Amino acid sequence: MALITGYLVQGGQMLLILLLAPLITGWVRTLKAQLLCRRGPSLLQPYRDLRKLLRKDVVLAGSASWLFRVAPYLIFAAIWVAAALVPTFASGLPFSWTADLIAIVALLGTARFFLALAGLDTGTSFGGIGASREMMIASLAEPAMLMMVFTLSLLAGTTELSAVAQFMLTADVGLRVSLALALLALVMVAIAENARIPVDNPATHLELTMVHEAMVLEYSGRHLALIELAASLKLLLYLSLLSCIFVPWGMTTAGEDLTAYLTGIAAYLAKLGLGGFLLALFETGIAKMRVFRVDQFLGAALMLGLLGALLLFVSRSL
Amino acid sequence: MPLPLLLSLSMILLAIGLYAILASRRASCSRQIYGISLVICVILLGMALTHLLNAAAPVTLTLPLGLPWLGAHFRLDALSAFFLIVVNLGGAVASLFALGYGQHEPAPGRVLPFYPAFLADMNLVLLADDAFTFLFAWEFMSLSSWALVMAHHREPANARAGYLYLVMACLGTLALLLAFGLLAGANGGYDFATIRTVEMTPGLAALALILALIGTGSKAGLVPLHVWLPLAHPAAPSHVSALMSGVMTKVAVYGFIRIVFDLLGEPVAWWWGGLVLALGGITAVLGVLYALMQHDLKRLLAYHTVENIGIIFIGLGLALAFQSNQMYASAALALTAALFHVLNHSLFKSLLFMGTGAVLTATGERDMERLGGLIHPMPWTALAFLIGAAAISALPPLNGFVSEWLTFQAILLTPELPQWLLKFLAPAAGALLALSAALAAACFVKAFGITFLGRPRSPAAAKAQETDRYSLAALFSLAALCLLAGILPGLVVDGLSPAVGLLNGGAQLPAQQSQPWLTLVPVADVKSSYNGLLVLLFMALSGIFAAVSIHRFASNSVRRSPAWDCGFPNASPAAQYTAGSFAQPIRRVFGSVVFQAREHVTMPPPGDGRAAQFAVQLRDPVWDCGYAPLTAAIIKISTKLNYLQYLTIRQYLSLVFGALVLLLLGIALWR
Repeated sequence: MALITGYLVQGGQMLLILLLAPLITGWVRTLKAQLLCRRGPSLLQPYRDLRKLLRKDVVLAGSASWLFRVAPYLIFAAIWVAAALVPTFASGLPFSWTADLIAIVALLGTARFFLALAGLDTGTSFGGIGASREMMIASLAEPAMLMMVFTLSLLAGTTELSAVAQFMLTADVGLRVSLALALLALVMVAIAENARIPVDNPATHLELTMVHEAMVLEYSGRHLALIELAASLKLLLYLSLLSCIFVPWGMTTAGEDLTAYLTGIAAYLAKLGLGGFLLALFETGIAKMRVFRVDQFLGAALMLGLLGALLLFVSRSL
Repeated sequence: MPLPLLLSLSMILLAIGLYAILASRRASCSRQIYGISLVICVILLGMALTHLLNAAAPVTLTLPLGLPWLGAHFRLDALSAFFLIVVNLGGAVASLFALGYGQHEPAPGRVLPFYPAFLADMNLVLLADDAFTFLFAWEFMSLSSWALVMAHHREPANARAGYLYLVMACLGTLALLLAFGLLAGANGGYDFATIRTVEMTPGLAALALILALIGTGSKAGLVPLHVWLPLAHPAAPSHVSALMSGVMTKVAVYGFIRIVFDLLGEPVAWWWGGLVLALGGITAVLGVLYALMQHDLKRLLAYHTVENIGIIFIGLGLALAFQSNQMYASAALALTAALFHVLNHSLFKSLLFMGTGAVLTATGERDMERLGGLIHPMPWTALAFLIGAAAISALPPLNGFVSEWLTFQAILLTPELPQWLLKFLAPAAGALLALSAALAAACFVKAFGITFLGRPRSPAAAKAQETDRYSLAALFSLAALCLLAGILPGLVVDGLSPAVGLLNGGAQLPAQQSQPWLTLVPVADVKSSYNGLLVLLFMALSGIFAAVSIHRFASNSVRRSPAWDCGFPNASPAAQYTAGSFAQPIRRVFGSVVFQAREHVTMPPPGDGRAAQFAVQLRDPVWDCGYAPLTAAIIKISTKLNYLQYLTIRQYLSLVFGALVLLLLGIALWR
């Protein structure tokens, strides 16, 4: 019985994040518009966009291959699985041991690999520019993220995300320099990986500085819907990751009763709302940077992550 | 009983090499040679697998060959059995591939005699149990592969590559010769059983380690001894390139492991591990950065071999560091990671080189700037190459990820080490490993994307056709193995255990077979676990769920039209991103530091009809700082000493006399 409930909760979490993902995108968009004194679209606009895209024909470039048509499903699957492995409202779910934090980072890498290939597939210059810049950004963001993983797992003694979250929740962690550095590195990586300002601009087209939007320029219809949904899921993944590691309060553990789960979900939603608000605030307050400044931004993230890990190699109490 | 059979099968391989000299003019000869090689490799593979999986006791054999007072010693233990699997798996698939690919060989007489001999020599290196037999087989391996590199010797680039290879191979063997001399000690017992019992002073042991690093590292492609590798590996026919890059470098790794972990015994000083770790980290990052700057597909792959050798040596360095501190459980993890990566790299590098061979046959091109769009005429080759590219980029759920994950887990155990320098080196090596993994993904997006995706950049690429069935069978057997090793890593780890135990004083990883759902749990399940099978299953289920629900409930129709490209459709294929432009951001970020990359743009003034010019200048730091000054110094000294060739008899005699006096003085002072 406990096993079946566990599976149900795991499945419920998978569906929850799928349903929540467009909402968080809508939330950030609305907040950004209001911070700029515009009215902004409705919170539900991303759902409407998805529904419309799903119903439209796919217009496929003449030079597109089978890879171009398979890639959206692969990207969506990889990101959904990765996002489902991040604890949201409860830790210790039945399949939480399937992949640890390193594997989650690598799953995001799988999605990025196929997205960049899809960008190159039609043989257009915009796809190429997006793919090449995305891989340059990833070549610094991924090591920075792994350094952050090192810091966490040295502290918690495990790379299992669920166990890390429980460690952060129960043990007397306190304020640590290494954790602060890891937080900073993770935030910087999250901004870059989600194509947010100042690294990339999610709202532009037809601009030479764009990265993510240039890669997906040739996609349309249901393929575009999947890619947009995957992008929303990725944003949700990073917000969940930040909240389950650095603000784990309110999270319950698997096997508790229904009230505990409901409290967990309420706390999770509050954390997401706050995260989205901070993201919108940050994005409104800063200007986009030139693409060849991004390496300095992410190089700093890598160095911060490495510094955090090194501090822990020096002393476990830092 | 297996050892005589293994040896006689290797002898048969040598014999069919001789037969090929006589018969290579006949058209059917190529099929015969590759067919027999395939059968023999499969038998050898089966025997090695049985030995390793049964964890059988080592068997030895002494034959009255070689040096009269020594004889030829052979031994089959878990370590050589594992490497025999790697060699013969690679050999079998390369032979299968060559059944089709070898038909296009313009000069079969230059390939067929050496190919089976090359396979036989690699087997003999692994079976050798005394220094003489080892070096003899090693040299034969170098020479037969050199002959294969020189198969197309009329191209000037190949001749230069062959020359450089020969020089570096000589240097490597010289270092190994000296290393074995030190290992054997004053009494000169050259069989490995005697060498294991010799007690060495720490200084001599360290010298032997460094000599072994030079000797095997020059064959494996460790920076800074890698210079010959990216020139020589691509020069050979593609199935031989696959063997050289995927398999021969592993024989070199075997040599290092055999000498350092087995013959030298316990590591004496902690800095050994630090040295190997630092070399591995530098090799990994430099190798992938070099690879990113290439636009010749085979050379890119060869540089990538350098990167993967670096990853293997990171694992070996960690194992040495742990062993020198008696942390055998952690050393078992590091060794498992290194050996797992040996197997993985042999799988996907062979796959990628053979895929390149198929492209080369179909188009006659290996310059990516003249390829493109090959996924349309060659969908199956493209699929196999894509699997190899994803595996080498360490993407789950394929096999490359598992070995890098294990290496990361080993690095996470390093805070327990007592030495400060190692404590700092380990996270730095971790950062280098992470950097090289991320750059490898960029490199293979480039390699696959520019070659197979987009639109054809030359008429040859537009007219390509799918490759033959033998080649496809070879490609897909390797692709399937990449997937299997990725989703069932626990079985591979269990298979490696006897070899790890042999090198690690009996300590090995806990058995993985009993884990639920075949999860990989290297240390303890509270610390880390990974389940490739479930990751694949979840990904497949979510992908299928998405596809089915969209096609059932939403739109299902597709319209073809010209590419949108922000309103610039029908641009010429030349407007696509090329290999050079794809790498440009990374060249700016990393290359301007490492390679002092400079871009020169010559833009004619408005109204001038001339074409604008763009040139990139890269400098090789290893060549500039290491080899160029060395060559210059050698030439300078030899020019200075040139007058010694024009002396009179009287002067020569006084030189001889002076040398004799000096030597005698030296001996008198030393005694």
